[in-house]
Amino acid sequence: MISSASALPQQQHKPFTRLQSIALVFICTILGAVAQILMKTGSAQVPRFDVILILSNLPSLAGYALYGLNTLLLMLALRDGELSLLYPVIALTYVWVTMLSVYFFHEVMNPWKICGIAVIMAGVTVLGRAGTK
Amino acid sequence: MLLVLMASFIGSFGAVFLKLGAERLRYGLRHIVSWQAFTGVVLFLISSGFFYKGIKIGELSVLYPMLSLGYVWTLLWSRLFFREPVTAPKFLALGLILSGIVLINLGAR
Repeated sequence: MISSASALPQQQHKPFTRLQSIALVFICTILGAVAQILMKTGSAQVPRFDVILILSNLPSLAGYALYGLNTLLLMLALRDGELSLLYPVIALTYVWVTMLSVYFFHEVMNPWKICGIAVIMAGVTVLGRAGTK
Repeated sequence: MLLVLMASFIGSFGAVFLKLGAERLRYGLRHIVSWQAFTGVVLFLISSGFFYKGIKIGELSVLYPMLSLGYVWTLLWSRLFFREPVTAPKFLALGLILSGIVLINLGAR
């Protein structure tokens, strides 16, 4: 019997160019960071942990929706992109979240946090390289 | 902080189930709906619930980077469940991510 795998219709899609993948992932990092800010804003407004209350709170709902959209776009971008190239871009989310936390929630920045973020970003970058070997 | 720790832990199991679900995709795109993929999504939702509760009280600039612990768990499960080798770069990445989390927590209020 002929292998059934070859008989299956192949999923056709035009692969993204390298620049398109990077641009899409870059947009994702901004969407992801904004989603975090919305979720934090929302969680502060919701008095107790209750699914109905969370879903009827606009910032929480928007945060979750954006987070979901971000995940889908990221899957799309990672499908044919090179991880070693895209993981460092993904790690930019840490920078955006930190900057926005300082701006919106007046969280304090200090050398410890800056070093920590830099080291985590380095770790994620190394992980991206490890995956492509 | 413990809530975010739980979130990263549960979320990494979500990734394991999504991988199991994704493996079924080779039988065709309609297999995207499977109990494995469903479990993965549910685990991600539970995980985000823990995170949501966590960031209500804590600093986002400390707690968000802690989600990178998920990479560490995922590395562990990949080794245990999918027998993926832990190479030197992966080990280095694991060390860097853990050190980064420690540093950030030193800077936390």
